[in-house]
Amino acid sequence: MSGRAFVFGDNVDTDVLAPGAYMKGGIDELARHCLDALDPAFATSVAPGDFVIGGRNFGMGSSREQAAQALKHLGVAAVIATSFAGIFYRNALNLGLAALVSAEARKVYAGDRLEVDAEAGTIRNVTRGETLACQALPPHLMTLVAAGGLVPYLERKFKHA
Amino acid sequence: MTPPQTLAEKLVAQAAGQAAVHAGAIVTARVDLAMMHDSGGPRRVAPILERLGVGVWDPARVVVVTDHFTPAGDAESARILDLTRRWVAANKIAHFYDMRGICHVVVPEHGHLRPGLFAVGGDSHSPTGGAFGCFMFGVGATEMAGVLATGEIWLRVPETIRIEWNGTLSAGVAAKDVMLALCAALGMDGGDYQAIEYAGSMIDMSPMEERMTLCNMAAELGAQVGLIAPDATTAQYLERAGAMVGGDLAVWRSDPDATVRARHVFDAATLAPQVAAPHSPANAGSVADIDRVTVDQCYIGACTGAKLGDLRMAAAVLKGRRVARGVRLLVAPASLEALNRAAADGTLATLTEAGAILLPSGCNACGGYGVGVLAENEVCIASTARNFKGRMGAASARVYLGSPYTVAAAAVAGRIVDPRDFLRPPPAAQGKGGAGVRPNQQKALER
Repeated sequence: MSGRAFVFGDNVDTDVLAPGAYMKGGIDELARHCLDALDPAFATSVAPGDFVIGGRNFGMGSSREQAAQALKHLGVAAVIATSFAGIFYRNALNLGLAALVSAEARKVYAGDRLEVDAEAGTIRNVTRGETLACQALPPHLMTLVAAGGLVPYLERKFKHA
Repeated sequence: MTPPQTLAEKLVAQAAGQAAVHAGAIVTARVDLAMMHDSGGPRRVAPILERLGVGVWDPARVVVVTDHFTPAGDAESARILDLTRRWVAANKIAHFYDMRGICHVVVPEHGHLRPGLFAVGGDSHSPTGGAFGCFMFGVGATEMAGVLATGEIWLRVPETIRIEWNGTLSAGVAAKDVMLALCAALGMDGGDYQAIEYAGSMIDMSPMEERMTLCNMAAELGAQVGLIAPDATTAQYLERAGAMVGGDLAVWRSDPDATVRARHVFDAATLAPQVAAPHSPANAGSVADIDRVTVDQCYIGACTGAKLGDLRMAAAVLKGRRVARGVRLLVAPASLEALNRAAADGTLATLTEAGAILLPSGCNACGGYGVGVLAENEVCIASTARNFKGRMGAASARVYLGSPYTVAAAAVAGRIVDPRDFLRPPPAAQGKGGAGVRPNQQKALER
């Protein structure tokens, strides 16, 4: 995966990722307002393959999985953060959106070009010529991600049953 | 002999069918109860179950509550509620509470939560169930669909962070103040998706609804669950709710020598009313540090801040007083039962006679889904759990958080003030008309 970095701070919450006012509609409309409150240009400037970078506790707040779904819908290839809120982290992986924990996420600046291998857990900052330390997913989650998320994983499980 | 375990470990071990589990282990647990609401529920899980070609594993273990889009304010909300009702009927879901209030309050009121249960909820404030000695946590809709399909969920057994509050809270200080102080002290990720267990003499003395507030806002600390060991107070609530309690409640407590990650000890007696400034619950401090913040709206609502006890706190301040001119006080009781009981004991009349505007029991403005949202640049103080940017309406709106006492006092004064000055009835001469600043006027002057 290769794309540009969109950088946000600590505690990016689910209300800015998926605003309540648009929750009753479809994912198209909701995704157009993703991160509106922090960067009104985000939804129109992000392109498929780009990355969202966060600080501590990315995705805190609600259990609404549209927070992760909106990012995936906009084509975001992975979210890389210092740490994730628990429910968002599970939601992202369940939906097949890579969520990578990197203690060095803050070394990425807006517009940096990154090359990311989610499975191997490697992040290369092409713009700055740096490689960032990144935690690999534990095996039980790797199985989930490799299947493409929880639904395809269960689909296979039920077919074999 | 099993090695010593925390309450969280005991609850997970039972659900995982093991004699003992320990923090860090990855286990698969059987789910005793799955709770969903109209937003994250049927409209999201139905397409997934269809794709998988399976039904609900056990409709008797599922509770559905409509609270987010109720009552329907537009055609799309009506469609979501209609879909919810049809899905509940088609899938023979045993327990359905349609427009009876907010799930985290309605579900225990109807006796669905008991010590020892392992439950998931399709909402982040599901840790509220921990007040009853349940291991209950929030999940997204895809995860919920997985539970509905299989009756199981995986988890990493959480470590326990023990939070002790000893002593007595002073009059006018509530569980909400405790939680705002904890958000400031530990941060929004202080819970690190582990288990928070509350203990200490203040917790022992707390009524169930205050315990629910503590566990509810474990979500704001980023914990997976908030837990309180059940005791006689729990048993009394369960009896009233018609929940059967079998066996020995004393089983559901941490062993004294169980390993915990951290232990934090606080003194309840010295805690002042807390207010969280925009845009984070962790941005909290003593109300005395809030300098002349005038308000347009005061909101008493949500699972966090509009239970019967919360309404009574507001009434204690509003008794014989009036909402200041230019300020609107909205009250959305957390459940129909809270509303009925508040009507029966005179609490409701105290609120409405003071000028409060009654909203339907449901989530309403808390998450910006329903009525009571804010315009650009408006200022609100709310008894809700979150004040994230744009959550309650316009992105430029500023939301402060406080206890029901503090929200009610702000409604009377027209600005954020210490509610402890409002706990005695007002002198007769000031019985009519608020003595506070009129924020709209003041704003006009500032311009």
